Amino acid sequence: MTIALRGGTVVTADGEVRADVLVDGGVVSAIGPSLRGDAELDATGCHVLPGFVDLHTHLREPGREEAETIATGSRAGALGGYTALVAMPNTDPAQDSVTTVEFVRSQGRAAGLVDVLPSGCITAGRRGERLAPLADLAAAGVTLFTDDGNGVQDASLMRRALLVARDLGVVLAQHCEVSSLTAGAVMDECACSGELGLPGWPAVAEELMVQRDIDLVRDTGGRIHFLHLSTARSVALVRAAKAEGLAVTAEVAPHHLLLDHGALRSFDPVFKVNPPLRSPADAAALREGVRDGTIDAVATDHAPHPAWNKEVPLDEASPGMLGLHAALGVVGAALSPSPMDVARMMSSAPARIAGLSPRHGSLPAVGGAANLCVADLSARWTGGDRPTGSRSANDPWVGVPLVGAVRHTVFGGRATVVDGEVQQ
Amino acid sequence: MRHVLGIGEIGLERAEAILALVPRMAEVRSRSVPKVAALRGRTVAMLFLEDSTRTRLSFDAAARALSADTMTFTASTSSMKKGESLRDTVETISALGPNALVVRHRTSGVPWQVAAWTEAAVVNAGDGAHEHPTQALLDAHTIREALATESLSGVRVGIVGDIRHSRVARSNVRLLRMLGASVVLVAPSPLQPPGVEGWGVDASSSLDDVIGGLDVLYLLRVQAERITGGAAPDAGEYARRFGLDHARVRRLRPGAIVMHPGPVNPGVESSVDLSRLPQSVVGRQVANGVPVRMAVLLDALAGAGAGMEEE
Ligand SMILES: [Zn+2]
Repeated sequence: MTIALRGGTVVTADGEVRADVLVDGGVVSAIGPSLRGDAELDATGCHVLPGFVDLHTHLREPGREEAETIATGSRAGALGGYTALVAMPNTDPAQDSVTTVEFVRSQGRAAGLVDVLPSGCITAGRRGERLAPLADLAAAGVTLFTDDGNGVQDASLMRRALLVARDLGVVLAQHCEVSSLTAGAVMDECACSGELGLPGWPAVAEELMVQRDIDLVRDTGGRIHFLHLSTARSVALVRAAKAEGLAVTAEVAPHHLLLDHGALRSFDPVFKVNPPLRSPADAAALREGVRDGTIDAVATDHAPHPAWNKEVPLDEASPGMLGLHAALGVVGAALSPSPMDVARMMSSAPARIAGLSPRHGSLPAVGGAANLCVADLSARWTGGDRPTGSRSANDPWVGVPLVGAVRHTVFGGRATVVDGEVQQ
Repeated sequence: MRHVLGIGEIGLERAEAILALVPRMAEVRSRSVPKVAALRGRTVAMLFLEDSTRTRLSFDAAARALSADTMTFTASTSSMKKGESLRDTVETISALGPNALVVRHRTSGVPWQVAAWTEAAVVNAGDGAHEHPTQALLDAHTIREALATESLSGVRVGIVGDIRHSRVARSNVRLLRMLGASVVLVAPSPLQPPGVEGWGVDASSSLDDVIGGLDVLYLLRVQAERITGGAAPDAGEYARRFGLDHARVRRLRPGAIVMHPGPVNPGVESSVDLSRLPQSVVGRQVANGVPVRMAVLLDALAGAGAGMEEE
């Protein structure tokens, strides 16, 4: 069964090439003019990109299947052009055992729409008290460890984790939040929170941990990835650390690029997210950080929640918003990126950080893995007009003008999305 | 039918219209049969998920004085089940067909959320640290009454206490500025709200610096955990810096008044008995609660033309 992607512009290592792409089995078998296949997908007006890789997806299974399952989250991912999702470990049970990690991976295989790559916890139960079995988890194929949802508060524990991770050749990913500064917070601490009388999450709560971990990386020779950076000062700290040559990478979530804390004036808990939406100046600094490469990757922090956890007072509402289905459109609207930039920030950089190259994140090439995203990067659409794929409805993009839409997704040589529709 | 959410939404014109109704409402209350038919056949539902007996009884009395039927849902009676969302609760109550929903909640924004889920007029009876518009309206009425002036321009109001966590402060700042008063917020910096410099008011961390220039000294209720949570090591130090005592009473301008939204924490906001202090208008604030809430309900449900004839 071969698939020909016809009439598109292929983003290759040699630049953009107007060509068809032939997929045969799991690999790209030809790139050139007038290729025919058993199935043919129209790529006219589209770019053929490497399939997107999300470093930060909450799939909720096991434990919170009413919000999302690995199957529904995979569907949302495929619709967004993703072929690999790193599954965050704040499941129930948490992904701190080989059993749970294997379960997540096998559910991903059963869904068959993307590669589901379970992350592992840094600490047992994400409780921040003692290390999880990092070596056992690494032996089971885990390449990225995080307590996401919690930052590792204890500096001594974090220091030991960095040393162990260095031994194992895996990366630690930190959710930067000094929790003593954020108790009860529902939004950015800012003039808006003062006006609305809502408890604030100050920027310094993130920046203190970014600074601490940069210092620990210098101290240990370890390596760290910063999840969902949200403040201008965090970007500046990472920029300085990189200039120093430290092994530091960073991601930003689409919502922090395009939304700001003013959204909370609606009191709509769909805009409650952790870390919170920040100021327009922070969003501008994050966009600049992506453009100059300080921030390596865009990662969705896709965080589905059922209505009964969102149609409640803000302090009771669960933090998080959907992201997979609209990430490309948000990146397009926020950054007007070149096709090569899209490939870098949404595929090759995240694949490199999570250790997924070359199966993921490689620019289309003959002989390479057939994990591809075919997208019209100039398509204008309005959030809410396309299906999210998710089981949940906490979509912050309803009514927002977006730029860039996924037409087809090819995963492992199979078309998982054709003309914006999931192929089960 | 229209919502009464925050002072900003109400605006100056409507606030003045509500305040203009208050003397007529007070007159109704003084009748031998203190009741008019204005809202007969209407139902006012109280959704008080944060306990506040005083405010709830005040709204209840106001609704009954206008001949509305009332029903009450509190955190204990509404039996919010685990897994039942606020929206479920609101839709259940709305199905009973109330014309107005008076909402009190410990969390900012809840009345705005509720307004999206009900056909009823939503009246904000206090949300989190955000707004308490009926308190601000009754305070404005009390100030006009006590200072015997319609215009508040040139009037200097000092609000003292936990501004950061106070809905009374926020609604009062908005309404008092709208009415022309100038405001100074007095609190230790941890209890000043972020962004206060954009509020069009002055901020001070010293009551002694500002007390001599005030026409109105408005003491907020302060919760003990907020004091030890950042304002001062204990209530004693807070009282020494920000509490009203006899020495500070002597520094008040002639004609200045002292206010408090109640209930007072004795010895914290004031070591002087506010029920006996000549400058205190705390009793007037309490007395104005029902007529102001009658005016608000009338404005929300009937408009100013409603019948004032006796029942
Ligand atoms: Zn996180």
